[in-house]
Amino acid sequence: MRPGRPWVYGAAITLLMVVAVGVQVVRGRTYGDTALDDRLLYLRSGTVAAKAALSFDTLLADVYWIRALQHFGNDRLRPNIPGRFELLYPLLDLTTTLDPDFVVAYRFGAIFLSEPDPGGASRPDLAIALLKKGVRTTNRWEYYYDIGFVYYWNLHDYTNAADWFRRGGDLPGAPWWLRTYAAVMLTKGGDRQASRFLWQEVLQRPDTNEWLRNTAQMRLLQLDALDQIDILRRAVSEFQRRTGKLPERWRQLVAAGLLRGEPVDPSGTPYTLNFATGEVNVSGYSPLHPLPTEPR
Amino acid sequence: MRVIRHIAVNVFKESVRDKVLYNLVLFAILLMAASYLLSQLTAGQDIKIIKDLGLAAMQLFGLFMAVFIGIGLVSKEVERRSIYSLLSKPIRRQEFVIGKYVGLVLTLAVNLAIMTVAYYAVLGYMAWMAGSWFKPGWEAPAMDPALLKAVAMIMLQLMVITAVALFFSTFSSPMLSAGLTFGFYIVGHFNADLKHFEAIIDSRPVVYLARALYYLLPNLAPLDVKAQVVHALPVPAAYLLLNTAYAFVYIAALLTASSFIFLRRDFK
Repeated sequence: MRPGRPWVYGAAITLLMVVAVGVQVVRGRTYGDTALDDRLLYLRSGTVAAKAALSFDTLLADVYWIRALQHFGNDRLRPNIPGRFELLYPLLDLTTTLDPDFVVAYRFGAIFLSEPDPGGASRPDLAIALLKKGVRTTNRWEYYYDIGFVYYWNLHDYTNAADWFRRGGDLPGAPWWLRTYAAVMLTKGGDRQASRFLWQEVLQRPDTNEWLRNTAQMRLLQLDALDQIDILRRAVSEFQRRTGKLPERWRQLVAAGLLRGEPVDPSGTPYTLNFATGEVNVSGYSPLHPLPTEPR
Repeated sequence: MRVIRHIAVNVFKESVRDKVLYNLVLFAILLMAASYLLSQLTAGQDIKIIKDLGLAAMQLFGLFMAVFIGIGLVSKEVERRSIYSLLSKPIRRQEFVIGKYVGLVLTLAVNLAIMTVAYYAVLGYMAWMAGSWFKPGWEAPAMDPALLKAVAMIMLQLMVITAVALFFSTFSSPMLSAGLTFGFYIVGHFNADLKHFEAIIDSRPVVYLARALYYLLPNLAPLDVKAQVVHALPVPAAYLLLNTAYAFVYIAALLTASSFIFLRRDFK
């Protein structure tokens, strides 16, 4: 080979790289590829991570935030995985220690943690712990509002919800409607209309982002479904009163003139009817499943 | 002054010849690729993350330039023996040291300025592409002028690090200088711990020694305002001014020490 010919070197490098890739493929097929353990968290202490990051702590917070999102997204799609969502809180804790002003990490993180199974980690206690950390570090009214919401929606603890809404409303710069929320909680905490009012407020606020908007729309549809289920239950009871037995199919209710057609939920999925108990619910295939626990 | 200018311009031209500005291409590619990928991964936080990433990249690229060019400013001339011909000319050694420093600072400033333009261009593009429903959720506008405060503070940090690298370059080997300069950079972000040493050590002499080191070593942590500007938190002008005054005084001290060491150095 004559020295100094770039194309010869280029061809040789390309050829060698092709061979290297080929060998890798053969090795991977024969012995299996090295598995990536995505459930490993090397660093657990946010303080250590912040020190190690030098002045790049906010960038490291972004990395952990993306990891938290991926962990949440992956585990949400795998309902039977052992230790589901186990890294979610540590990742969010690291993110918010590295960047204590990362508002979205507290607020979205709390939603991910508090959402009931299978949509989330079903850990409203950790959601509240994360938001209380935000209160301690930056004391924004939004965190008080979110804590109130977790107490209201996930824990049905209207007294605590009202207390957090009121305390948030007392902060300088807090919106007036937080005090309204507190009053609503105290007067009719478990009322479905109160839920509808709160979610409509979320939907209409200009600072609501797309993700939260979708959640609010979903919640409103679920509340509509709960209203419809009440009507359907009444129809089932009426059928039972007239015939002395429970209906086995929706068609029987239609034939009896109690329904106009086979009922579908607001997402367009047919409702299910349990012929043994007469219980009406949204289908497991419906995007509205599972419905929120009805406030007491 | 004329001599310093000549030396500074030569340092700048040499860095251009050494293809140092290639890092700008890398910076631009990094930001553009990140802006494309992040929108898929960050639940609407892409602007915040691009701001973080851009500022961190500016600092990191600048740091590597300041260290790896800074450590060679004097030692390279000695290694190539060009120092003999230089010092035989009517150039005072102090002028040589200061000229070298100003030249590298000029290179860093040009780099940072171009990176800032690219940074704002990417942010502007992302703001243009973002849906109107995203914008109310942003803590600050995409092309927030306050980001320039962080860029200015990054420049100050790089100026201090360049002075540290030049200081070590006057009496030490390039490898050792690089290690020591990186060490100073790391300590510069940790040394608030030295001030509060009494919280972990009970010995008074050690506490006083730690306190002395706190004031002696460069304190770079207060010069880092990236998080504040990204979250649209206020950074008072007086704070920036005090930071600037601190950095300039510290740089002056380092350059004086560098000139002193270089004056006493025997090149026979």
